[in-house]
Amino acid sequence: MLKLDTINAFYADLQALWGISFEVNAGELVALVGPNGAGKTTTLRIISGLLKPQSGTVTFDGKTLNTEPAHKIVELGLCQVLEGGKVFTGMSVLENLELGAFVPQARQVKNQTLKHVYEIFPRLAERKNQRAGTLSGGERQMLAIGRALMSKPKLLMLDEPSFGLAPILVDQMFQMINEINKQGTTVLLVEQNVRASIDIAHRAYVIENGRIVGHGSGEQLLSFESVRSAYLGDSHA
Amino acid sequence: MLEAFAQNLVYGVLIGALYGLAAVGLSLVFGVTKFLNVAHGEFLMVGGYASFWLFTLWQVDPFVSLPAAIVSLLVLGAVFYQALFSRMVKLTEGVKIQNTLLIGFGVSLILQNLALKLWTADTRSITTAYSGQVFNFLGIRFPLVRVASLLIALVLVIALQLFLRRTYTGKALRATVENWEAATLMGIDIHRVYLLSFVMGAALAGVAGALVGVGYSIEPGMGMSWTLKSLVVMVLGGLGSITGTFVGGIILGLTESATGFIALMAGGGLTYKEVVGLVLFLLVLVFRPEGLFGSKEG
Ligand SMILES: Nc1ncnc2c1ncn2[C@@H]1O[C@H](COP(=O)(O)OP(=O)(O)OP(=O)(O)O)[C@@H](O)[C@H]1O
Ligand SMILES: [Mg+2]
Repeated sequence: MLKLDTINAFYADLQALWGISFEVNAGELVALVGPNGAGKTTTLRIISGLLKPQSGTVTFDGKTLNTEPAHKIVELGLCQVLEGGKVFTGMSVLENLELGAFVPQARQVKNQTLKHVYEIFPRLAERKNQRAGTLSGGERQMLAIGRALMSKPKLLMLDEPSFGLAPILVDQMFQMINEINKQGTTVLLVEQNVRASIDIAHRAYVIENGRIVGHGSGEQLLSFESVRSAYLGDSHA
Repeated sequence: MLEAFAQNLVYGVLIGALYGLAAVGLSLVFGVTKFLNVAHGEFLMVGGYASFWLFTLWQVDPFVSLPAAIVSLLVLGAVFYQALFSRMVKLTEGVKIQNTLLIGFGVSLILQNLALKLWTADTRSITTAYSGQVFNFLGIRFPLVRVASLLIALVLVIALQLFLRRTYTGKALRATVENWEAATLMGIDIHRVYLLSFVMGAALAGVAGALVGVGYSIEPGMGMSWTLKSLVVMVLGGLGSITGTFVGGIILGLTESATGFIALMAGGGLTYKEVVGLVLFLLVLVFRPEGLFGSKEG
């Protein structure tokens, strides 16, 4: 469904990604894990078109995305949730969700999708007329994901959805993501919470210093010594 | 004395509505694009001359020709946007403000000189058959055209507000103001949003200019003063609040006329009137940088 082939990406003169290649197949939940500054967010920005690669190709459903502007990529069924959610704080919860369905094909079925999103996140239904700026951190993250779902994405990309959430909410968040995937949306999940991501992911890639350094199913990764020591705190912390 | 003062305040509100209208345009553009268009006053001037021309050459009533003033400025705005401003979209906020400031100065010089060539430096005003009509209420005079202008300004501001609140496109504009990346990820083409807000801002300036032409007077060099006033009002009203900005315009009008009146009574000149806006601007910047009606929180 999604394929990255030897992507090199720069911020001005600074190279952030070095020959990144990976794939996400339809229906999968794939995790991309790695430490701070590894290039996880940059990878998502490349896929969603916010940043253009210097070389390499991104293909989605057989279509090359390199020259597509970011807003067109959303129409193709790819939606990225930004780090921290970035909900529109000055607008109501409902307005945020409506904006999620901005693309024509999503706008036509807006009301049905809205019902569906409210089923996944009942909290959002309760707060629909509240200004998004008044929501708690967890609620904002739900709203950000709900807003992305409103665009009816084939592939949903999440950037550290559990970041900053209370421990009890973290578990819930991973359950919800799992649920969204089970209902048919392919998910690419970027996380620092490696254990929880690997638990729900079909496969995972490990990224470090802008390079993919490991890949496998959850159990396989858990057995990697480097992953264990670096991310699961087995040897330090 | 009291009556004269009240009369002055009424004049203040009437001109203030046009300050408000012009500032709403500038604020809309700045809020969405972070372009500080210092040629805003010249756009306003062009609107005034468009209306003046239609009236002088073809005797089109200035209120009837408002749509033409709007269309001219939509076109003019789009041309300048595509040719110059569109190149600034991708820059960071600080650089964007600096660069657009320079571009804006260039544009304002071009338009000023063009206006000088086309219409000379003479002060003009559109004098219709009903221009002198005034109605009295409680001994205070209300010039017909200025009252009509205030109502038009009010209607436009309310319409803009409804557009921003109720329509999908309006919401896309507000989303872009808050976070252009998040907006892009909703499938919003922010280049179109930028263009739209820019030409809408220009059109609002155009209407304000036409109304200035009929209620007051226009000249090629008027732009700078209107840009400054719009800037003062934009800060006064607080970014992001359309109604706040409009009310800010009326407050500036009132303050100017009150100061003008007091200065006159004290034997001073009318120049104080011009300074007071800038004083107000500084006071707001120091004590309430988010504006009188803006909110601190995002
Ligand atoms: N806008 C930017 N300008 C310049 N360099 C950047 C920019 N954004 C990221 N970088 C650099 O690119 C590299 C990859 O950053 P990226 O944000 O992709 O990491 P990440 O894996 O998402 O990290 P985190 O877990 O902290 O979010 C880092 O070295 C970072 O400093
Ligand atoms: Mg990141």
